[in-house]
Amino acid sequence: MVTSIIKSNKIEFGECNKELLEELIYYGISLGADFVEIFIENIDNASILAEEDFITSVSPSFGKGAGIRIFKDKRDGFVSTNDLTKQGLMRAICQAIEMLDISEKSEISNFEGLNLLRDYTVDKKNWLEKVPSIHEISDKLLLSTKSLKKDKKVVVRKGSYSRNWQEVIIAASDGTYASDIRLHQTVGLNLIASDAQYRSSGSRRYGSSGVPNEFRLWDYEKASNEVYESSMNMLYADYVQAGQMPVVLANKFGGVIFHEACGHLLETTQIERGTTPFNDKLNKKIAHESVTAIDEGISDGSFGSLSIDDEGMEPEKSVLIKDGILKKFISDRAGELRTGHRRTGSGRRQNYSFAAASRMRNTYIASGNFSKEELINSIDNGLYCKSMGGGSVGATGQFNFAVEEGYLIENGKLTKPVKGATLIGDAKEVMPKISMCGNDLELAPGFCGSISGSVNVTVGQPHIKVDSITVGGR
Amino acid sequence: MNASEITNKISKAANTLNIKKWDYGASFSDDYSVQVDKGNAKQLKASQKQVLTIRVWNRKNLVGITTTSDLSEKGINKALKQANLASEFGNKNELTDFSPLAKHPIQTQESKQRSPIGIKKLLKILRDAELKLLDTHNAIKSIPYNGLSESFYERIYANSDGAFRNFKKSQAALYLYARAEEKNKKPRSSGSVKVGYGVEDIDVELCINEAYKKTISHLSYAPIKTGKYLICFSPEAFLTLLNAFSSIFNARSVIDGISLSNKNSIGEVISSDALNLYDDGLNEKNISSAPFDGEGTPTSKLCLIKKGKLENFLHSESTARIFKTIPTGHAGLGSKVSVSPDWLVVEKSDSSDNLNQSLNHQSFNGKYIYIEELNAIHAGVRASQGSFSLPFEGWLYKDNKKISIESATVAGDIKYLLKNIINIEDKSEITINGISPHVWINELSITGDE
Repeated sequence: MVTSIIKSNKIEFGECNKELLEELIYYGISLGADFVEIFIENIDNASILAEEDFITSVSPSFGKGAGIRIFKDKRDGFVSTNDLTKQGLMRAICQAIEMLDISEKSEISNFEGLNLLRDYTVDKKNWLEKVPSIHEISDKLLLSTKSLKKDKKVVVRKGSYSRNWQEVIIAASDGTYASDIRLHQTVGLNLIASDAQYRSSGSRRYGSSGVPNEFRLWDYEKASNEVYESSMNMLYADYVQAGQMPVVLANKFGGVIFHEACGHLLETTQIERGTTPFNDKLNKKIAHESVTAIDEGISDGSFGSLSIDDEGMEPEKSVLIKDGILKKFISDRAGELRTGHRRTGSGRRQNYSFAAASRMRNTYIASGNFSKEELINSIDNGLYCKSMGGGSVGATGQFNFAVEEGYLIENGKLTKPVKGATLIGDAKEVMPKISMCGNDLELAPGFCGSISGSVNVTVGQPHIKVDSITVGGR
Repeated sequence: MNASEITNKISKAANTLNIKKWDYGASFSDDYSVQVDKGNAKQLKASQKQVLTIRVWNRKNLVGITTTSDLSEKGINKALKQANLASEFGNKNELTDFSPLAKHPIQTQESKQRSPIGIKKLLKILRDAELKLLDTHNAIKSIPYNGLSESFYERIYANSDGAFRNFKKSQAALYLYARAEEKNKKPRSSGSVKVGYGVEDIDVELCINEAYKKTISHLSYAPIKTGKYLICFSPEAFLTLLNAFSSIFNARSVIDGISLSNKNSIGEVISSDALNLYDDGLNEKNISSAPFDGEGTPTSKLCLIKKGKLENFLHSESTARIFKTIPTGHAGLGSKVSVSPDWLVVEKSDSSDNLNQSLNHQSFNGKYIYIEELNAIHAGVRASQGSFSLPFEGWLYKDNKKISIESATVAGDIKYLLKNIINIEDKSEITINGISPHVWINELSITGDE
């Protein structure tokens, strides 16, 4: 039993809050909760936008908040608040207890106090001082938009930067006590090209986690060349003809399809909802034997990497699919409680106002043995999807993805560019049709929106060949 | 903290920091929501949120901004200082000022604020609704997406010139999305959403009934052939598409070069002359109506398309100044002020002689596709290019039969679509996004699975 006396009446970042947190957790447990978790956050964000040759927006933001989650049996109640005083947090705990209709107070507490602080902030305290200044960022963004100004067909040029700095404290009644600092930076370029009735667009986004210096190293000229080339290739493209055909999906952001169409179905939240067709497929074949897929949070600097998840657990490398066989689900605390799948360090949330849920981190299909050319050469008539746009997956698992930059494959060769293509299918049917994986795995950053808000992730894959898929077009 | 207190606090802090010109937008909200799973409470949520966005003008009249959830004196001081620093990078190319209408009288509405019913009652209502829906049909195995929420909020706008506005509101929402499964068939899912000022205003039975009917009606499905089809858009689907391409009417998008319109487009024919389109945020059927926008400009009804011609753009203060007009009440406060529609209302104009009035979704016997709901809007719409390719839920009507479509995508061009409206039915329907009748389009490309 915890008997400490409260010395502080408010959560303060950078100071010891252990006694106050223990008191709060004990309070929740004594009111009858099975489990109490407190997530406290301090943020300092900034975003900058350059349009044409001007900085048109600089938006700093900061704030603090707490998310308190209480479990009773398999149910949970979640309360978030901006009030970090002792009274505010106690009120939140009471509210969560009341929500769960817990009326029996507990005489015996299984809470033995918090463990020693696992402090992941040690080498990160000066990150905010080390990130580039607004002046530096503005100058570089303006250089990047200037670099997009390659000819008169370029009618819109945009460069954007965002920095999300987050300090967290996580404490729970199983003794979990950890603090961390996270830093995510992204930079993106967008271009619209126009010539008479023809119009096309191109975009690229780059991002990193925990690398304060990253933006200074950004090769904006290479990036602007890529964006320009992509939009010019698509400017006069014809609409693709709809139908069933084999496709080759490019590496990097091509992995968004695996992420959306299959990865989400391997999150335990989907098992809880009964919306995954893979629920009873553990250790069974769900994909072609050439497919091995991984979700991990440990790749240095990758956008989806973390020192600890939002439930205080260090992330693990989870092999989801090995040679086509389903090996693991992505799980968080609630997932473990409700589905029995062990936690994988994947409990994630956008901020304090969301309860953590099982979410992907860096998710990718592993490299195979084929070259990109071998994949393309194996197709007589098909589509090469060089750059993917956004996509979505419906409640029955059907996905739909826009192809931003596509080319016809004719007799094993890339021929003319085509626009307006969408890839339509569902994971259960498409996964067994990924018959060839290239040897050129690369990752790309992105944002994933789902039940616990928008989180930073990495998607990735080598070039892959899908034997047959529905291509939407005109 | 109430609206006057926060304004006084900001005013005092700004004086201390020698900041002469400022404005702010703030919102305070208390939200409660529940989700259930086969009769059991799944997740119960409550949140108390406060957000403050402050803009300051420096001596060069450049604007800086900061957003924070910290409304302590320390937090407000920090926000003003940061905004002041950010103003150094203010947009020299496009100056921003207070809205000239920020002190104009606003249209007051009868207060539609309801009282909270509390989590326990929310839970009971949702649990009963879920169980009822599960009982409606053997094929309905689960209601994977469900929720009942109530929200109570206050919004404020004030500036150093003495403008001060606030309003308080409440809103509730119920959604039930069922998943139906039958042996050797693909699972099918559909549902219904209902909103009201409070939970007592929501017709729970209607939501259950609609979710049941829509889900079950799609159980017997068939693939369709890829090709061109006559199309009837449901009111909801047509409004979804118009909202996705609202950059056509958006002055901000026009200035930024990402709209299909340009500065001289007012008066151009952009659709069939049978179409009138309005933005009517204050419509009494709009549960989410707000009496003023992020810059304090009063909300008002605006005609966007009249007899097929582009009539007006939506404006913020700065876009209105560039276009030499007045702001329209569609601004969102930000470092770069955004512009967006509130609530679209589609009407048949009095120039409807060329319409094919025989096309009515309740009586037409020919072959056509009925698009009930469009999906994946963020992925399948290229607003700056005018093209779309979207999966949908719908039916193929032919030979007096109605067949649910297994899976299909509709693709086209918004300019073509608007100009090829061949009927606008007489009866309008109220949806969450606005009001519209059923709208018929001559021919669009459908990609099917057959």
